[in-house]
Formats: sequence, C-alpha cells, structure tokens
Amino acid sequence: MKRFTELIQQLETSNKTNDKIAALVSYFSTADEKDKPYVIAMFTGKRPRRPVTTALIREWAIELSAIPAWLFAECYHNVGDLSETIALVLPPANHTADRKLNEWITDLALLNGQEDSVKKEFILRAWDSMDTQERFIFNKLISGNFRIGISNKTLVNAIARQSNTDSNKIMHSIMGKWTPDQITYQELIDGAHVNTDNSWPYPFCLAYALDTEPANLGETTAWQAEWKWDGIRGQIVKRNGELFIWSRGEELVTEQFPELHFLRDELPDGTVIDGEILAVKDGNIQAFSILQQRLNRKTINKSQLKEAPVGFFCYDIMEVQGIDIRNETLSERRKKLVELMSLLTTRDIVVLSPAINFENWEQLIEIRKESRANNSEGVMLKKLNSLYHSGRKRGDWWKWKINPYTVDTVMIYAQKGSGRRANHFTDYTFAVRDGEKLITIAKAYSGLTDLEIKEVDSFVRRNGVEKFGPVRTVKPELVFEIAFEGIAESKRHKAGLALRFPRIARWRKDKNATEINTLEDLRQLLASTL
Amino acid sequence: MALISFTNKGIFCKQGGFYIDPWQPVDLAVTTHGHADHFKAGNKAYLCHELTKPVLLQRLGIDLPVQTLPYNKEITINGVKLSLFPAGHVIGSSQVRLEYKGEICVISGDYKIEYDGISTAFEPVKCHTFVSESTFGLPIYNWQPQKEIFGKIRKWVTDNHLQSKTSVLIAYSLGKAQRLIKNLAGDTPIYVHQSIANLNDGFIKAGVELPPTIRITSDIKKEELQKGIVIVPPALADGKWMKSLMSASTGICSGWMQVRAGRRWKSADAGFALSDHADWSGLLSAIKATEAEKVFITHGFVSTFSKYLNEIGITAWEVNTQYGNEEEEEILKGA
Ligand SMILES: [Zn+2]
Ligand SMILES: [Zn+2]
Repeated sequence: MKRFTELIQQLETSNKTNDKIAALVSYFSTADEKDKPYVIAMFTGKRPRRPVTTALIREWAIELSAIPAWLFAECYHNVGDLSETIALVLPPANHTADRKLNEWITDLALLNGQEDSVKKEFILRAWDSMDTQERFIFNKLISGNFRIGISNKTLVNAIARQSNTDSNKIMHSIMGKWTPDQITYQELIDGAHVNTDNSWPYPFCLAYALDTEPANLGETTAWQAEWKWDGIRGQIVKRNGELFIWSRGEELVTEQFPELHFLRDELPDGTVIDGEILAVKDGNIQAFSILQQRLNRKTINKSQLKEAPVGFFCYDIMEVQGIDIRNETLSERRKKLVELMSLLTTRDIVVLSPAINFENWEQLIEIRKESRANNSEGVMLKKLNSLYHSGRKRGDWWKWKINPYTVDTVMIYAQKGSGRRANHFTDYTFAVRDGEKLITIAKAYSGLTDLEIKEVDSFVRRNGVEKFGPVRTVKPELVFEIAFEGIAESKRHKAGLALRFPRIARWRKDKNATEINTLEDLRQLLASTL
Repeated sequence: MALISFTNKGIFCKQGGFYIDPWQPVDLAVTTHGHADHFKAGNKAYLCHELTKPVLLQRLGIDLPVQTLPYNKEITINGVKLSLFPAGHVIGSSQVRLEYKGEICVISGDYKIEYDGISTAFEPVKCHTFVSESTFGLPIYNWQPQKEIFGKIRKWVTDNHLQSKTSVLIAYSLGKAQRLIKNLAGDTPIYVHQSIANLNDGFIKAGVELPPTIRITSDIKKEELQKGIVIVPPALADGKWMKSLMSASTGICSGWMQVRAGRRWKSADAGFALSDHADWSGLLSAIKATEAEKVFITHGFVSTFSKYLNEIGITAWEVNTQYGNEEEEEILKGA
C-alpha cells in the first residue's frame, strides 16, 4: 500500500492539474498490476459496501488512544476529517506489514457480516502495522469515501497519456460496467467490456459572455435567441443500438437519467444531439436546486425519480444518419433537429428548446427580464449562419445572463488565502441573522480589490477574536453584499440551505451588522424558486 | 502573595519589579527568546541569555542596555533569585526560573523537548508554579523524530535536483533556519536569505558553531541556486523573487503541516511537520516533570489543553496573553 500512499500524498501536495496527471501517469506505470483497477474504481466512486460503521471505528480509536471522547471531538473539529483524525491520534505502530492495496480491500470486504469482535481485532491489528499516512488511507478504504480532488476527467487524461489511448475511449471504458476483481488494467484500457466507437462524443460548441449592448450585434434577423437554461449541458449519442449521455464535463452520465433511456428505442442510429438536462415537472422547468438532487449519484431511487424528474431540452444536432453535420449552418441544423423531434413518439420529455420570437433588440431586452420566471439564467444569442465549433469562437454564440441574486451578510471568519495572497486574510465566511444568532451562509474567496483586501486584512488582525489553527473568528462588523446564482435546500449546512456560486459583490461600508438580511429572507427566496 | 501575576503589560514579578516577555513598554524586560511575539522594542532594559543578545541587537538595530546571563547562573533582583534554563526552542531560548522565600516559579516561554542539534537541549526544572505554552496542545500533534523528517527533506531535495527544480525551504529566520542549516549541511551548498544570514553572523560572532552557508545576493546565478538548498523566511514565500527562480519547489517546515488542511491552506509543494514547539506528549511530559502544583497555560489551544490537564489531576489555569503571532510579525518585518 506504500506506493498508493505515496500517490495520494503527491496528489494532495500539488494544486496543479499537470502535476497531478504526472503523478498518476507515474503511478500507473509502476504500480502493482492488480492494484491499478482498484485505484480506478475508488477514484471513480465505485464503492464497495462499508464493512464497519463509522461509530464503531471512532469508538475503537478513542479507546486505543486513551483520550476522552470530548478531546477526540475537539481534534476532529480541528482536522475536519474523521479518517485523518483517527490516523493522527492513534499510538505509534508496533510492527510493520507491507500488504498490497488490493489485499487490504479484499480482506476488508470479507469483514462484511462478521461479528463486531472479529472486525475489531482485524482493524486494530491493521492500525498497529501502519504509519500515520497509511492509516489515513486505510481508514478511507473502510469508509470508501475517497474525495481527493481528482475529477474523472483528470484520471482519464492520465490513463490516456500513460497508455497512449484516446481519452474519450478511456472515459467510456471506465464508466462502463466492470468490477476491479474481474478486470485487468490492460482490459480496461482496451475497453474489452464496451464498444468505445459507439459512444464517441463531439466537443461542445461554447459561447462567450456578451460584453456589449445587443444593438451592436447588428440586424436582429441574423440571430436566433434562446433561453439560457440553468441545468447540465448534455450530449446524447445513439449509435448501433446503444445510447450514451455525456455531460459538459465530458463524463458519461447515461445511468443517472433513466427517463431519457427511451431514446435508445426512438432515436435513429447515428444521431448526436446537444441540449440541456433539466428538472422538469408537469412541463415546467424547475430550479437547478431540484436537479441537484439527481446529480453525482451512483444509484437513483424511485422517490428521487418522482421528486425530481428530468427532461432534455435540445439545442442543436451534430450527427444525422451517421454523418457529421457540424459544418452546416445553424439554420440548416435547426431544421434537421425539428424534423428529428417530430419523429419521437414519447412526448414532453425530450423537446426542442424553443427559439424566442422578437422583432427588435428593445423587445428582447424586455423578454430577457422575465428569465427568472421560467428558471432560466438569461438569453443565448446564436448567429443563424454559425457552424458548430469545437469550443469557443468569438462572435458566433453569446450568452447574455441576467444579474444574480444578492444578500447582505456579515463576515464572521477569515482565513488566509493561497498563492499570491498567502499572507493575507482573503477567504471569508459570511453569515446572516437568525434571531439573536448569526448563521453561516456562504464562503467566498474573490470579489475584492487588492486595496480592499489589505483593509479587511488589517481589520481581521485587529479584531480576531479567536484563533483556530489557520481560521480566525472575527468581530461581526463588516457587511458584504454576496451575489449568487441560486439557492437550494441543504441538510449539510446549518442554515438548511446553500447558495450557488456565492461571491462578494461589494463591500457595504454604508451598512452595519444590524442591517443584514435574515435567514427568513433566504427561506422565502428558496420557497419562491421551488 | 503570588510571585508572578498576569497583567495587561505582560507577566509581572512584583517583588522583583520586572516583567517576563512583556508586550507593552516596561523598565526591565526579562526576555525568553527573540521571536517577535515574545520580544518587543521600547523597553528601557533587557535581561536575556547571552546567545539571545545578538538576536535582540539585530532586531532593535541599535545598542540598548541588554544584560546577559549564561544558563544555570543565579542572580538576585530585589531579593528574587533569577536564573535561566535551556528551553530547547531556538538558540539561546530560556526558561526563566524565579525563587523568592522558597517559592519557585518557572516561565518557559516557548519550548520543545527533542534536541534539535543546535539549540541547547531542554532541561526540566522543578517548581511550584509553571507557565507553559500550548501551541500544539492537541493529541493530533505528535512529531516524528527529527531524524526521520530530515530524511524526508533530503529525499525531497534529491527528487527536485533530478527534476531540475530549485528546492526552497520556508522557515523562520530565527530558530528553524539554523536548525535546517545544522541538520542539512553536507555536500549540497545552502543558500540563505539575508535576514537569516544576518542572524547567523550574529550567532557566529557570539561563538555559535554553524556550518557554512552562502548569503543570497543578486550576483548569484539562478543555476547555482538550483543545485543547492535555498532557505528563506515566510515573508518571501510568495513574492516576485520566488517566481524568478528556476521552477521553484517550495517546502514549508512547520508543525501546522501535520494536518492535511494545514498543508492545503498554504500553497506549498511540500509540507514538513518540523516544529520548534513541544508536541502533545512533549507538553505533557514537560509539565509532569516540573511537579508543579499550579500550571498556567498561555498561547495555543489554551482552553482545551487546560481542561484536559485538570481532568488528569493537574491544576491548570487559562491565561490570556499576546503571544502566538510569531509568524505574522515576521511577515510584516520582511515586507
Ligand atoms: Zn518562539
Ligand atoms: Zn510563543
């Protein structure tokens, strides 16, 4: 497991994607053959059943380290990660064992269904053979919860580079059905269990943010306007009887959206369409927060399907009857898309994203103001003669977003930033009022000028109430207006809700802490967007 | 009446008429060590260990009345017997032992238990009242032996050389820098920032044996630095100069690097949990060794640590001081 431990350390010590990829490439070039599929499984969230509960692990760690439970809790509070806290408080090991990662994982799986006493003996003996780093990894193996900031994309790029294989092919392969105990690394690369030719997606065509008055775009007749939906940009590929759904992050998300699986039967082979995955209920597009309940889940249950059903709003079409039509103009492609839609027999789930009718720019400005009412983020402007570019091209597609929501908050914690601003307090936590209490509502890192940062910094130094490792509790005095894109219910946050893309809009020096918004204000906003 | 009291100027010995590490100007400041949070300019006179004097002069920039003492030598001030004992924190760092009418009180400043190879090793002193820091007073902070940490640092330097990266270690000018120099000295040349070089010169003049280092000047080519080990204070961790180096790899040497969140928070390429403060078990063993009836806990995890001490039968009190901002002060100085 030492080699894997080393990999994790390397992945954690660098912020640069290139370094991470280099570390992964080196790992896949040198690691134990049998370990590799397990690592890929772990990093892509293929989790084995947790053999021991968190409560038991915690109990045994407290017992072994001979510290009171409250002190353990204090440590956990400071470290912020249970696996790491346990690794740090345990007494030093008495012997060493150099077992392979796949052996540990296999043995842990065998603990399922055993008596607690058997589990305890196994875990305690394992801890007693490991250093702090290995214990941390081992505890993560138990919880199966390996969040170390490696996206599927990064992992895929590394494997692609290591094996000299196309990355889309690797993505399809590792998102397919396989288990680490029954496949080799080479078989995964070869995609022996999937047909990667079928899944091939196109790079998405992207838009720049509109940075001028729409009137400067010229004649309205040259443009198509659409709503800019606030969902997940997706690409649907149907070839040789197989259906694939890719997300904008170039991840395969086919299994997450069973509502769209009817397309396997209804779309002709050799079809690729571009659109937006949205939560749609009774024909109405829902807020992003509803869709969020469906994201990043390995399994979808009935109640989620019922609570947050999805639909697909089609923007464009790139392949018809197996022929790449990205070099045709938007108006030509649109015709083909409309035609395709008319072939579908299942109605109201996969639909054409409507074009907005408008006579002149003034009218469109008025229409755009209604964006929020239909849960859109604004308007898209696409030139009717534009081709479907790979990536961004200036001038053809524009996104014209409406202004964000705002809330007035007070700063309650500050932490030093990183990189250029490592010596200044630049990372802040903001709260709104809830009766007498202040309740955390957002963290934000950006939005102030260097001068303002220096000013806040000196305030923090003078008014730090408490120091908790790197975090300072500050006197709640400075009021900031936070802009955000949406609001969602959240059980993980004390406030019971979470803001989407919060950032500092401006420092409200004109306001004091008694004038900030309340949690009730935000609850009302949440209710109004559901 | 108690021998010491905690006032808004600092730790005060009324009978002796002096303060220990005061943060506001007083007549006589007994100074445990030269870190900026324990030592302020503006006092009328200072009393410290003979190897702390060069630091004070360096930092004050002017000649001030500084009286010095070697370890273990007793003097009497207004009837109070005063002596200094090694604290093992940095070169010259001292615990201050006070005795008056049979009552003994020890103010330890900052300390660590493990011998670091350059600062005189910590010596436990029996007393009735003990004042202890608690910078790393949580059981998650238990240091590895420094031999192992230096092994890791050396391996890191070798790896950097192989990848044509410049190894830059971030360390306080006072203490950590000398410790690194002493323990990393060998075939690889060590380049130090001028704030470190100045302190080293002072130490060498005062008779400390330090391995040779090279002061970084604009004449030194970046290619040369790349072949050596570069040591700079935290103030430089982030500046233009670092960017001018040939693909610098930065390694922070600090106890906070023990925890992943601490490492992530600093955008260093590597973190080494090398601290000049006592770890959890070090704090506990030091406090027990004093056999003190009463313990005062200053800067760090003050309330958690005192609560734990009381639970295990050691009477401990929380004290509010202005110590504990070593790092920031250093940054401001360098800026
Ligand atoms: Zn110190
Ligand atoms: Zn201190």
